[in-house]
Amino acid sequence: MAAFTINVNGQQHQVDVAPDTPILWVLRDHLDLVGTKFGCGIAQCGACTVHLNGAAIRSCSVPVSGVGESEITTIEGLSEKADHVLQEAWLEHDVPQCGYCQAGQIMNAAALLTKNPTPSDKDIETAMDGNICRCGTYVRIRAAIKSASEKMS
Amino acid sequence: MTLLKTKHNRRSFLKVSSAAGGGLMIGFNWLVSCKPATEEMASVPKEWFDVNAFIKIGDNGQITIMSPNPEIGQNVKTAMPMIVAEELDVDWKNVVVEQAGLNTEKFTRQLAGGSQSIRQGWEGLRVAGAAARHVLRQAAAQQWDVPLAEVSTDKGMISHSSGKSISYGEIATHAADMEVPEEIELKDPKAFRIIGTPTKNVDGPKIVAGKPLFGLDYKREGMLIAMIVHPPAFGMKLKELDTSSVKSMPGIRKVFAVQTAPAEKQWSDINAFPELVAVVGESTWQVMKAKKALELNWEQETPMENSEDHDIALAKAVDTPSDEPARKDGDPDAAFRNAAKVVEKVYSAPFLPHNTMEPMNFFAHVTAEKAELVGPIQTPEFLRKSASDLLGLPEDKITVDMTRMGGGFGRRLYGNFGMEAAAISQKMNAPIKLIYTREDDMTQGTYRPAYKIRYRAALDKNNDLVAFQVRGAGIQGGPVFADRFPAGTVSHYLAENNSVESNVSTGAWRAPRSNFVAGAEQSFMDEVAEAAGKDPIEFRLELFEKAMNSPVGEENDYDPARYAGVLKLVKEKSGWGKETPGVYRGVSAYYCHDSYVAQVVDVVVNSGKPKVQKVWCAVDCGIVVNPEGARNQIEGGIIDGIGHAMYGAITFTDGVPDQRNFDKYRLIRNSEAPVEIESFFVDNGIDPTGLGEPSLPPVIAALANAMYKATGKRLYSQPFAQKDIMVG
Repeated sequence: MAAFTINVNGQQHQVDVAPDTPILWVLRDHLDLVGTKFGCGIAQCGACTVHLNGAAIRSCSVPVSGVGESEITTIEGLSEKADHVLQEAWLEHDVPQCGYCQAGQIMNAAALLTKNPTPSDKDIETAMDGNICRCGTYVRIRAAIKSASEKMS
Repeated sequence: MTLLKTKHNRRSFLKVSSAAGGGLMIGFNWLVSCKPATEEMASVPKEWFDVNAFIKIGDNGQITIMSPNPEIGQNVKTAMPMIVAEELDVDWKNVVVEQAGLNTEKFTRQLAGGSQSIRQGWEGLRVAGAAARHVLRQAAAQQWDVPLAEVSTDKGMISHSSGKSISYGEIATHAADMEVPEEIELKDPKAFRIIGTPTKNVDGPKIVAGKPLFGLDYKREGMLIAMIVHPPAFGMKLKELDTSSVKSMPGIRKVFAVQTAPAEKQWSDINAFPELVAVVGESTWQVMKAKKALELNWEQETPMENSEDHDIALAKAVDTPSDEPARKDGDPDAAFRNAAKVVEKVYSAPFLPHNTMEPMNFFAHVTAEKAELVGPIQTPEFLRKSASDLLGLPEDKITVDMTRMGGGFGRRLYGNFGMEAAAISQKMNAPIKLIYTREDDMTQGTYRPAYKIRYRAALDKNNDLVAFQVRGAGIQGGPVFADRFPAGTVSHYLAENNSVESNVSTGAWRAPRSNFVAGAEQSFMDEVAEAAGKDPIEFRLELFEKAMNSPVGEENDYDPARYAGVLKLVKEKSGWGKETPGVYRGVSAYYCHDSYVAQVVDVVVNSGKPKVQKVWCAVDCGIVVNPEGARNQIEGGIIDGIGHAMYGAITFTDGVPDQRNFDKYRLIRNSEAPVEIESFFVDNGIDPTGLGEPSLPPVIAALANAMYKATGKRLYSQPFAQKDIMVG
């Protein structure tokens, strides 16, 4: 066990965990931030997507010891009142079915729009290919990202 | 006017003060977090009135409607309360929805399966709403001393022609002594205002905010984390448990073998590995590490099978006449002997894991006196019964609460994980949450069975279908529905099912049996239509025409007019028959879960690679309660069907699943999904039927038939992508 101070959603948190503990389990078990989901544990499904200094990462496969001073943003910290343009677009398009993967989808999409505010259809598909939706809401996910992008511009 | 018998207690209203009913405040908190910026929130109900099992009315007009059935992403948590709200006649924006726990005294069939929640709940939900509306009107009529017939309602307000009006919230307290009549009048569907209106998922705001909703998110003070290790191969069992390597690892409380099967098994107790090793500790990562470090000895109990063995056994089964045909009409042998043309093909599909995105998990707190079980389960009532048996506790000492589920697809019909959580908690004498890793989940079994099916069709010299033979085989049960299409449309017909035994466990997977049969049957029909030189839609319509005018047999389990209806609708909407250069089309139609679906798939070829451009989907599921949710289900089923037909397979080497996680198991990705899906509903006012499953089965054939047009190759064996045909 070792003490780490990490910055999550703009706040400093001290956690006492094994250095190889993935960010995912620090968030879920120790910081009570359960919006970030466990899907595969091997960075293949995207359910655990969070931002590390604004870039989308798979939190199941990044150990807490590798975070250092970097800023972690989770779905809970994406916006103050769950009113990020993507969160609103997700509701407008009524995207979720079971909803389990959607936090990861939104976080991945948010990182995409930060990098590329006006993605083409192809850009969206390519960027979102790492996030599995078992319910098959892909058509709505693409539409929601498209309309969020239009609202931002 | 529809009059229905009521089944509710005649003494209908129970007055509950908000102070006494702490739980009731949950409804309000839910509203705060989910419906910000509504004026209704400004006042907190001082009193709530339990109208019946489904409805609570706050004195300020807030309405809480309980959703009785498990929510797995099929959106019943929105649709079922919409039905209650419609008959209650309230404004949907004032409605708060709560998930009900298991309560067999208040509710019936709290189960998510067979696409039946809406169909079987329809009447009871309407009566619950209508009965509540009736007693509210009655209370107002009495207070105003006017005849009941002169009292009307509109969106939560009661009024009289004299100009008097009162809200449901204000009159609720006076309705306490009213009796529910023995018969109740239901709305004319033409007057529906909520049913038929596209309505957003009631949990949407919580989902996009990342709020705790799912079983995996559930927490309790003092809760420990448990994981299981099951045998690595089907056919193996635990030989020896040596805990020395892990028992002193940080955070580990206990490692032990545990027996999780009830003495008396129900259908929902399918489990290949009832004896497991449990690892219990303080946090998930600590337990995961200990689980990995465990050295376990397994021994073989039954033969360890390979996929080749399954394939050979299924091939033999489709070559072997069954002892007892499921159905026989006319003289198929003679008809085949006299046929002008015979078409014969065999189709196959592999085992499929469910792969819900939320791995199996469950919370349990078992003490000497009682058990509390909380988590994602499609069959709470069955879990309670089996847990009672396993734990040695009476059923009335066991509660089961349902969290939102990160997908079901049939996997959570089988509550072995709930049983495991209960057994582990009992042994630990502590609250625990059991979590499966993806590998545990994917290699545990309860798969969609591997199938094969052989079809034969005989055409006469006029290219009319005169005989049809189908023989299906599956692991633990054959797939054929003997009384469904084309039964009834052909004079000489033989349907047979054969079963192949295996120690690989199988269970229901979204649209059981249909998820294989539709793809095979409707691909075969395309080939038969081609052999007959007929347009595939016209060929099917001719058959339905025959089933309407001169059906063969009396047991036919479908309505040919509704079947033909969806085909005609998709034909019209897709502009079937007009050729677009570079667009290759396939069609399919199928009936399951009491609903009819016809689809046209448009495939385009980009740089040599076929891609699904558009899916046109016509659906007859009767009245569509929530068109928004309905379209979402249809789209999901289509993408699910295409994805699994293209890529899905779990295979075995010496009993060990070859795919354990998403690095080897391919699920459809965003770029592989159709560019566009358009859905159309038949508007016929018939009571609603299933929708969570019916759009999946037929799309497999519509895809295969379109791929044939694009590539010239027929597809007989799933997953299609193994034939070097990739979509995307």
